[in-house]
This record gives sequence, C-alpha cells and structure tokens, in this order.
Amino acid sequence: MIRLSANPSIDTVIKLVAVAVAMFAFVFVVMVPLYNVLCDALGINGKTSGEAYTAVQARVDESRTVTVQFVATNNEGMPWEFGPSVTAMKVHPGAVNDTVFHARNPLPQAMVAQAVPSVSPARAAEYFHKTECFCFNHQPLDGDSAAEMPLQFIVDQDLPRDIRTITLSYTIFDVTDMAGGPVAVR
Amino acid sequence: MFSEAKRLSKLALGPVLMLLSAAALAAGGEVNQVNMSPGVTEVGRQIYSLHMIIFWICTVIGIGVFGVMFYSIYAHRKSRGHEPATFHESTKVEIAWTVVPFFILIAMAVPATSTLLEIYDNDDADMDIVVTGYQWKWKYEYLNEDGENVSFFSNLRTPQSEIYNSENKGEHYLLEVDEPLVLPADTKVRFLVTANDVIHSWWVPQLAVKKDAIPGFINEAWTRTDVEGVYRGQCAELCGKDHGFMPIVVNVVSQDEYQQWLGEKQAEAAQIKQLMAQTFTMDELMERGKAVYERNCLACHGGAGEGGVGTAIAGSAIATGELSGHLNIGINGVPGTAMQAFGGQLNDVDMAAVITYQRNAFGNNMGDMVQPIDVFNHKKG
Amino acid sequence: MGDHHHGPAKGISRWLFTTNHKDIGTMYLWFSFAMFILGGFFAMVIRAELFQPGMQLVEPAFFNQMTTLHGLVMVFGAIMPSFVGLANWMIPMMIGAPDMALPRMNNWSFWILPPTFLLLASTLFMEGGAPAFGWTFYAPLSTTYAPPSVTFFIFSVHVLGLSSIMGSINIIATVMNMRAPGMTYMKMPLFVWTWLITAFLLVAVMPVLAGAVTMMLMDIHFGTSFFSAAGGGDPVLFQHVFWFFGHPEVYIIILPAFGVVSQIIPAFSRKPLFGYDSMVYATASIAFLSFIVWAHHMYTVGMPVAGELFFMYATMLIAVPTGVKVFNWISTMWRGAMTFETPMLFSLGFLVLFTIGGFTGLMLSIAPSDFQYHDSYFVVAHFHYVMVAGAVFSMTAAVYYWLPKWCGRMYNETMGKTHFWISFVGFNLTFFPQHFVGLAGMPRRIPDYALQFADFNMMSSIGAFIYGASQILFLYNVIATIVAGKPTSEEKVWDGAEGLEWTVPTPAPYHTFETPPKIDPAHAHS
Repeated sequence: MIRLSANPSIDTVIKLVAVAVAMFAFVFVVMVPLYNVLCDALGINGKTSGEAYTAVQARVDESRTVTVQFVATNNEGMPWEFGPSVTAMKVHPGAVNDTVFHARNPLPQAMVAQAVPSVSPARAAEYFHKTECFCFNHQPLDGDSAAEMPLQFIVDQDLPRDIRTITLSYTIFDVTDMAGGPVAVR
Repeated sequence: MFSEAKRLSKLALGPVLMLLSAAALAAGGEVNQVNMSPGVTEVGRQIYSLHMIIFWICTVIGIGVFGVMFYSIYAHRKSRGHEPATFHESTKVEIAWTVVPFFILIAMAVPATSTLLEIYDNDDADMDIVVTGYQWKWKYEYLNEDGENVSFFSNLRTPQSEIYNSENKGEHYLLEVDEPLVLPADTKVRFLVTANDVIHSWWVPQLAVKKDAIPGFINEAWTRTDVEGVYRGQCAELCGKDHGFMPIVVNVVSQDEYQQWLGEKQAEAAQIKQLMAQTFTMDELMERGKAVYERNCLACHGGAGEGGVGTAIAGSAIATGELSGHLNIGINGVPGTAMQAFGGQLNDVDMAAVITYQRNAFGNNMGDMVQPIDVFNHKKG
Repeated sequence: MGDHHHGPAKGISRWLFTTNHKDIGTMYLWFSFAMFILGGFFAMVIRAELFQPGMQLVEPAFFNQMTTLHGLVMVFGAIMPSFVGLANWMIPMMIGAPDMALPRMNNWSFWILPPTFLLLASTLFMEGGAPAFGWTFYAPLSTTYAPPSVTFFIFSVHVLGLSSIMGSINIIATVMNMRAPGMTYMKMPLFVWTWLITAFLLVAVMPVLAGAVTMMLMDIHFGTSFFSAAGGGDPVLFQHVFWFFGHPEVYIIILPAFGVVSQIIPAFSRKPLFGYDSMVYATASIAFLSFIVWAHHMYTVGMPVAGELFFMYATMLIAVPTGVKVFNWISTMWRGAMTFETPMLFSLGFLVLFTIGGFTGLMLSIAPSDFQYHDSYFVVAHFHYVMVAGAVFSMTAAVYYWLPKWCGRMYNETMGKTHFWISFVGFNLTFFPQHFVGLAGMPRRIPDYALQFADFNMMSSIGAFIYGASQILFLYNVIATIVAGKPTSEEKVWDGAEGLEWTVPTPAPYHTFETPPKIDPAHAHS
C-alpha cells in the first residue's frame, strides 16, 4: 500500500475520502451513461435510438407481415390534441413506411412539445428503426394551429419471427419552459 | 355491513378465524383471507404453487432450525446444571450447511424461471388495451385496428360520505368504480401500461398482473382467464395524495356479452355526439354537473367547493368571472400545477354540465349556463 | 487508573466540545432514542388512522407525510445513529484503543445530526407540507410533483450522508490503525468485524445516495432532465440509482445487529462463538452480494427478462451466508449452559424473528411470486421483521448488555424481562397479520382500505400501541438504572462475557486503555 501520510489514520482518511468522492462521481460518469447505453442496447423501457437511422440496402421480406400499432398519450398538463392518423399498419420487414401524426395546439399562445417514443415489446425496440421522426426534435406550434408530423420507419428484417405485433407509443410533453435550455433530446 | 360488535367479536376469534379462512382460500378476496389467492389465470395458479412450494420449504427448514434451538434452550440451560461444552467449529458441518442450501435454492430456481418466462410471453395477444395511470384514476383504451378506439376513464365510485364515515360503508368499499374494464373470457389480452403524470402500478391480484405505469414509457403485461366474474385491484405504487383511492375493477364476461358491451360503448360514443348538439335546461345541467364534479373535481376542490390541493371554487374569481376564462381552465388546465387539462378527459356534454354546476353551486350564483356547443366552439377557438 | 487524568469538563461545554468516544457514543445513543420515539410517534399516527376503515384522524396527504417521515426518521435517525453510538462506545474498548482515531471529526459527525433532523421535522410546518413521496422518494413524485419542502429534504439527506461517511471513516481508521498490539484482525470481536464491513459499505454507497438527491435537485431547480422523460431522461433511472444505494443500506442496518448478537449469545451460552471464521466470511459475502441485487426491488418495473433472472438468482444466493449465520448462532447455543437474562431474551427474539424475516425475504426474491407480493403489506411485514425484530431488538439487547458496564449500575431484571415479553407480543401482533393482508391484496402506503382487511388491521394497530407503550418501560428502566440502579463494580458483569471491554473497571472510566492491554496470543477471539 502506498502511504499518503506519516500518520496512519490520516492516510486512511485520505484514501477513504477519495473512495467516497469517486463513488459520487461514479453515479454521474458511469451509472447514468451506462444506463442509457444499456437502455439503447437492450430496449429497456422500449427506448429506441434518438438518432435517425441510416437505411442500409436491404431486401424487403415479403414472406411475413408485422402489425405496427400506434398509441398516443398526452402527459399531464399537455392540452394538445395529438394522435396517429391510422391506428395500425401492416408492414413487411425491410420496407420503408410512412405515416403521420396529427397535432393541434388549442391554446392561443405558441407552445413547444417533445414526443417521447417507447416500443413494446421491449425486445423489438432494437429492430425498429426510425429514419425520420418528429420525436427527434422539439415541435413548436403557434397558438391555435395544427400540424402533421411525419414518421418514417423500417422494421428490421432480422426481427425475431415470433414477434408479430409491435406497438409504438408516443407520449407528448409540454416543454415550452425548457425549450430554450440545452436539453438532450432522444 | 360491518357493525362494531361483529368486528370486535371476530377479533376475539382471530386465531380460530385464521384457520377457518385458510380453508376458504380458493374463493379469493375474502374477509380475513390469510394467503395468496391462486386467482383465475394459469399464470396465477403457477405463481400460487410456486409461493406455496417455497412457503413449505421455509416451513420445514424453520421447524428444523427452531426445533433444534428450542430443544437446546430446554436442555442446555444452566439451571438444569448443564456444563458448557467448548467446541467452536466443525469444518464438515459448516461445509454441509453451506452446500445443502445451495442445492435447495437451485431446486427453487427451476420452477421460478419457467413461470417468469411464461409471464414475459406477451406475444400473440388477441386484443390490446392501453392502461394509463392518472392522478388518481385509470384510463382504458381498447385498440381497434379498423375503427375508432373505445376509451374511457375509470373513477372511484365510493362516495365521500362513506369514506368520512357519515354513511355505512358498502360491500365493495373503495374497490368500486364507475366504469369497470370489461374483458372477454378465454382471450389473451395484452395490456400496454403507461402513465400520464407520476408512476402508478396496475395490480389485480386475481389476474396475477402487476405492472408499473411509467410516464413516457410503455410496459406490457397480459392475462387470460376462462372464469367469468368481477375482479378487483388497486394502484400499488405510491402516486400522491389519493393513491389509496384509485381502484381497478375488471369485469370478465363471455365473448357475446363482451361484443354487446363493446357495441353499446360505441353507440354511447355516438349518442354523446348527438347530445352535443342538444340544448339542456339548467336543472339537467346541474344534475349532470354534480355527478361529474364528484367524480372528477371533488378530490382536489372539496365537497363544498372549499378547496384543498386545488383552489376553492366557492366564490373564486374564475368560477364567478368571465365564462371563457372558466372554460379555458377546465379544458386546458393550468400547466405546471395539479390542475389537469380535462378537455380530453370529459366529453363536451359533461364539461358543459360541470362548468355550469361550478358557476351555480357552493353559493356561486352566476345564473349562466354552458351548453355543449359552447364547449365545442371554445375548443375550436 | 485514570486519577491523574483530567475527567470530563463541566456543564454543557462537556457535550458540545467533547472528543471523548464515550461521551459521543452516549450522545448518539440518546439522540437515536429520541428519534426512535419521534419516528414511533409517526407510526402511531399511521396505525391509529388504519385502526378502522374510513378516514378518521388525518387527511390522506398528511398520512403520506407520516409514512415518509416515519421511514426516514427510523432509518436515518434512529437505527443508523444508534449503531454508530454503540460503535463509538464499544469499538475502542473492544480493540484496546484509548479513543477513536479521529476524535474531532467524531464530534462533528454527531453534532451535524440534530440540526438536520430539526430541519427535516420542520418541513411538517412548511407550505405544502412535509415530503410525502415515501422514504424511497421515487421520481417524478419527488421531483416534478413534490411539495416545495423537497429542497430541505434534499439538503437534509446530504448532511446525513456526510455525517455517516465521517462516522464510517472514523471507524475504519480506528479499526485499521488503533488495535492494541497482538489484536490481529482474526482476533477482533465479531461486532468490530461487522462494523468494519458496514463502514466500508457506507463509504461506498452514501455518496451514491448523495448523487441521487443531487440529480433530483438539478432536475427541480436547474432544468436538467435526469429523471424526466420529456427531456430525454428516465424515471426508472432514479430507482436504479436509489436501490444501488438502498440495498447495501439494508445490510448497513442489519450487519452491526449481527455483530451484537454474536457477542451476546456466546456470553449467555457460556461457550465460544461457533464458526468465528465463517461468520467473518459470511458477513463479507453478504456485503459483496448487496451490490449486485438492487433491482429485486424493481421486478415490476419492466426489466428485460434476462435482468430479472440475474437479479433473482443473485438475491436467492444471499440465503446461503445468512443461513450460515443462523446455523452458527444455534450451534453456539448447542450444549452450552444458557441463562436467559434480558439481553439474551432480546437476542433470542432477534434470532427467531429475523429468521422469519429471512424466510419471507427468500420468498420475495422469487421474481414471479414478487409480482403478487410487490408493494403489498407482505413487504411491509417482511422488512419490519428484519428492521425492528432484527436491528431494533438487537440494539435493545446491546443496551441491556452493556448498560451495567457503562454506568456501573444494574438495571431491573424483572422490568427488563417484562419489556421483552411485551415487545415480543406487541411486535408480532403488529406485523404478523400484515403478512395476511398483504397476501390478500392490500397495497402498502394507503390511508384507507377495503372492508375485508379490517380485522387484521385492527389487530395490527392494537399490537403497535402495545409495542409503542413498551418502549416507555424501556426508557424508564434505563433512566432508573442510571439514577438509582443497584451499584456494581465487578469488571465482568456477566460471568460468561468475553472481551477486552470486560477487563476495564466498572463503570468504565472516562479514559480506558491509555496503555495498550496485553493480548494473550494463545487466546482466541472473544
């Protein structure tokens, strides 16, 4: 053992304080990032990647059809009307699909929204690729106006064959207050 | 009804009743039930047998351990003149009682693993229901791939008078709702569980389903039962003030009854659309408004509009102020406070009624009426 | 010895500025007892409201404040400081040290506690009320939806953490550097061993708790989104961080209790502790396992199935070292010559009830069954068997065991035994029926319940009042002993007791072991 002080008790104190500080730092520099990485990798909470997927040249697997359901939830205090234009789509793995969600801000003032995606079953999350999604960015809407928010996605052809239904849920949050700040968006 | 005397006499009979009710387990949700109920699903029965296996293993080990201990307490006491031995270790014995429990644990882990995999098998559901936790109620939305989703809120139905003891408590005190979740028997139902505000947890013991409802994320669970009946549960995760007052009632009915119920629900939605064009009298609005108020507003604003978590309605500047301001708050809520946007929770008829009620009750006397079309127009801007 | 030394200073400054391990230990013990009474008062409010169905005494919002404060005060104010107090008193005397290694830090780590709990209790009178989100304070209930007093709560947790870390560093420094010559690690009394391991756990996980509340603070006041989905965070992350602290915390509470019982059972069995080495290894393995089982508190949160399985298997493994401990205690008693004075009674009460709590713990570790147990009263029953019958019973045993050494007077044995039996009956009447209502489907943390749970809840409330009242007897017995107990000057108050603390005069002088004691190399651990 390296001695950091001639007084053995002080030596112990220095080392233990270092451990305590390291554990405090551990929370921020290891646990939080590690959790996010694991979530993306394992689809914990059905989290999907926050970045646009670059489509690779893939063969469309027409031998099977997967049902993709769309669910929309307004978080508390979010007055927008928000929902999918269709409740479900039947798609082939590998194919590029387009749909839109409708949003309307009924309030007189402009607002900013953030949609948070979540995929169920969670193990389907890593096979669900969004090439274009309104959830990548904050969505501003002027007072008393409506918008169509596009979504383009691909279901990976490597999707396990026993998964036949995928549910994509969006929860829409009012982020007008935090829109100015540097917020990580996924 | 529970009279005081009856309960006290039962209390005295406590231990006897424990044994008696142990025999009546299968029924579930019983008075003085002492054990888990196997419930009405295959998963529930598996969980129950797992629970019992481990309970009995623990009991047997417990009898052995405590038997040795109490024998020792009896036989090896100084007052009996027992001389202390001096041994203080035995490698063989110590290895044995490290290794043997390890194998017992492996024996437990095998059925536990298979049951867990069964619980996680969410595939191939026949229908999907989105369950959303709100402070403090549940919303159910039946996903319909080729039409409009059926969706409604399920509120506590027990009146405040029972909770605050001014009336006798009913049989299903705190476990009754205005609109139960209706499920068809013999159908694999997938629940997509999420929340609107804080974390809740959807728990129905008889269906062996408990899943946390997390705002922003979606969780899944499933159930399937062939036993028709009414199953009751509660929110299991502390979610604020009225955590104890957001029960779950599930009504499992035959396929036919389910289809009929679904048809009625859709017709009801259509009817509401018709009602929206209608003009109501003050009395009609007040009567409907009172019921809506008690279900949706009372928890925060008080039974006499005196306020609580929410501001007072009685004499408030909003309820006695300009109508459009009142409508705006009812429909859109107040962001950043506990006042939710009820525009998406109440239909226009109920919204019109409750706003009218608030303006003309608790000593407020505005005398104005709100019609559904006013709400509709307000929403349109 | 000791005559040529200055004794304690006079008046209040003795307590304010003392660096004496015995004074500080005494203050910790009295403070924790005061907190035990306060937390117990909150529990009485809870049980009084739950005496009957319907809302009678308090409003639901206040009920939630009571459950929250009861948990926080009992865990951080009563149990943890009481064992720190015991460590202060006993560790130097057990290892032949003149005092703790860092006496001044010792004083600070105590004196920051009382103001902190005053602050925490004062939140009850603040706008919006005290924290009402449970002692586990899950986000977003404790962030976006919290009352304004949450900021004071966060500050309190920070200071409590600081106090615990300072106390632990002191204990580690003392044990590592201050042992008398010849007192090797494997000769240390088991109480010292369990505390050494506990202190390492504390240094490792209290900063994690501090991290969790710091993230809350940043989310609430500085616009970050660690726990808010809207900004890319995740409320479940909070639970992972909290339980990464929380599960070791549970063992922080119970390990010193193991240590106490491992001192007392041999003394009253008049036979050395069975399997000393395996006790040490079992304690260390429990401590290690505590870091890899946290998510068993979160089986219903929606983890991938592989995660569930990992945490289930790891949790089940804890049964092995815990079983070893129970078997060792019983083997210690086996063929001894037992007597049943109050400390022994409380230790045996601990042994029986803790084992029951261990069994229910094993049941809870089974993930599929936990889908039915989770957040029900079954869990409440389980952890009170471990926390109250485990930690509090063993702490009570410790007070009766060492009180004669501390003050040179014997407590009233009849009153002590009465205290035990009333506690034992009251405790079981309170918590045993909670297993039943939990299995029957009663969720925890609810202020009112369905009618089928009424009888068992009434039993539970009656039991709680009995258990609560028995603590008044305890308080009376302790004060009566200090003031007017029968004087004793025997060094070995208990004929079967072993260890250096029994070689100093009774009552223990203000300064002990200023010259290190000689330790018989042939003599085993105590």
